[in-house]
Amino acid sequence: MKLTPIRKRAHIADALARKVITVVAAGSFAVIILVFAFVFREALPFFFPADPAPAAGIAADGAQESYGEVQESYGSDPSVAPGASETGLEMSIAGEDVGVTDLMRTRWEPVSQEPKFGLLPLIIGSFKVSLIAVLLAAPLAIFAALYTSIIAPRWAKEIMKPTIEILAGFPSVVIGFFALITLATFFQDLFGFEYRLNAFIGGAALALAVLPIIYTLTEDALSTVPKSFTEASLALGASRWQTALFVVLPAATPGVYASVLLGIGRAFGETMIVLMATGNAALLSPDLFVPVRTMSATIGAEMAEVVFGDTHYNILFLIGAILFLFTFSLNAFAEFVVRKQLMKKFGGGQ
Amino acid sequence: MKTKDKFLVRGAALASIVSAFAIIASVLILMGDIVAGGAGHVTWEFLTGEPTQGMTAGGVFPAIFGTFMLVLIMSIGGIPVGTITAVYLAEYASQGSRLARLIRFAVTSLAGVPAIVFGLFGLGFFVQFVGSGMDGVFSGGGKLVWGQPNILWASLTMALLTLPVVIVSVEEAIKAVPRELREASLALGATKWQTIRKVVLPNAVTGIMTGGILAVSRGAGEVAPILFTGAAYFLPRLPMSLSDQFMELGYHVYIMSTQSPDVEATMGIQYATTLVLLMLTFSLNFTAIFLRYRIRKRTLS
Repeated sequence: MKLTPIRKRAHIADALARKVITVVAAGSFAVIILVFAFVFREALPFFFPADPAPAAGIAADGAQESYGEVQESYGSDPSVAPGASETGLEMSIAGEDVGVTDLMRTRWEPVSQEPKFGLLPLIIGSFKVSLIAVLLAAPLAIFAALYTSIIAPRWAKEIMKPTIEILAGFPSVVIGFFALITLATFFQDLFGFEYRLNAFIGGAALALAVLPIIYTLTEDALSTVPKSFTEASLALGASRWQTALFVVLPAATPGVYASVLLGIGRAFGETMIVLMATGNAALLSPDLFVPVRTMSATIGAEMAEVVFGDTHYNILFLIGAILFLFTFSLNAFAEFVVRKQLMKKFGGGQ
Repeated sequence: MKTKDKFLVRGAALASIVSAFAIIASVLILMGDIVAGGAGHVTWEFLTGEPTQGMTAGGVFPAIFGTFMLVLIMSIGGIPVGTITAVYLAEYASQGSRLARLIRFAVTSLAGVPAIVFGLFGLGFFVQFVGSGMDGVFSGGGKLVWGQPNILWASLTMALLTLPVVIVSVEEAIKAVPRELREASLALGATKWQTIRKVVLPNAVTGIMTGGILAVSRGAGEVAPILFTGAAYFLPRLPMSLSDQFMELGYHVYIMSTQSPDVEATMGIQYATTLVLLMLTFSLNFTAIFLRYRIRKRTLS
């Protein structure tokens, strides 16, 4: 086949475009992998403190609050590192003592004279706030979704949908601000909390952020239940409410679970709301009405002041890696295990 | 019907209606509180002035400008890459292509990563790794220019965060273009690239815009990724270079409400700043919802 010059050019452009587009797509995949890899890379030095000398320089200089010059000594000859004096080495040994067991301790005091990096209060704090949020949001969201997708008259659906979209569009810092200024005062006046900002306030505010996710995904799950189920139930004389409760909801259960799991994941990673509304004290307490400090809020509050390459820096990255792993596995579990189950249930029957 | 079930049904019915109203009520309260607290303080002077007297008076213009620059640089960095990736997924990837499967998996995973983790990545990768590296190359490590938080690194961090939003909505838009249009174009002898450029993309342009707007709205509302990649408490001048730090609306709300020396005295300004941020993200979201509604209507008809 002979091609005219114009056709030829078009074919070259076509081949070129295919290559470029494929390369860019592969590139964006590479960048995403880079994000994952890098967060873990920065957390790793904590487990493998291969190069104690730069840490010595940083530990000594970090005590004087200097920043910037320290970086030049990183990775350079240890003998010329500014802090490699006797005291510097001693401090570094104190710093190196932070091992995996120290992370299991109960106190988080990263900037005190003897830094303590116990992650327990932060992990418990994150769980406390997320669980409060999901316990408040899940029943509301699931019942509301049940109502709007099966029973509600048309007008109620038409109010509900944009309301949820508006709520989902709220920047988290706005919800945090609302919780910090209005919600906290309101609840303190109502219940007389000892602390104005506490885990419960943070959880209640977080519930507002989690609601749209659970609602939307539950509604999706309910809508995957085949119409024939509803019709059969109604034909047998069941009321709409009975159908919703005993036919549609049980059939959609895996999807509802998935929505709650994804809600927990969202709550766990959310930063600004908890940073503003929980009081941020790293207390280890079963009480729901005392201040807490979550993992995400710890990163948000402390990362800006930390010395690059320091133990504290690496531990904050480690917290980030834990956050990432936790939300990732939760999402993966919800997506692949629970949703697949739902698909298998109805996929073939249609 | 058993009595137990009867109670259960009645209880559930009541709970459902109460829940729906509770959600609507909390959104109204949330919105009403911000509007009531801020509406009286949003004046022309507030929108165009800069903070004065140690951020206890004055306006928020630098923060509005900073937010605008942030989302602008973010869009330039993220939207083209996201769009091209979406074109690949929708048009080029063959059924069961391994690269496409990997990209989809990465995009879903990326969408679930907490925003603060992006901030960590921005600091560790852009600021410390790329930035310090650039300083080393340009000035032999003598001067700290790129190796510190700035608007470029913050914008690129935000671009990564919003990449899934762009990819997912652009792919949806491209898939909504009827197959007949593509087939007609190919049947007339156009190459695949000509078809994409002249037929598919022009027909998907509203969808691409929707994706971009949603990304911008998300970027304008997120604060966690910029906490330590470039946002500043207070700057007397606007960011004029990519290596400058910047003020940002959401960050400004956070700082004013948590670190202000006198929270009570600045309450009006805080509410007004929050209201401005809310109006900005809402107008973007509504535009996106409207555009998407139009696309869906066209696809159905």
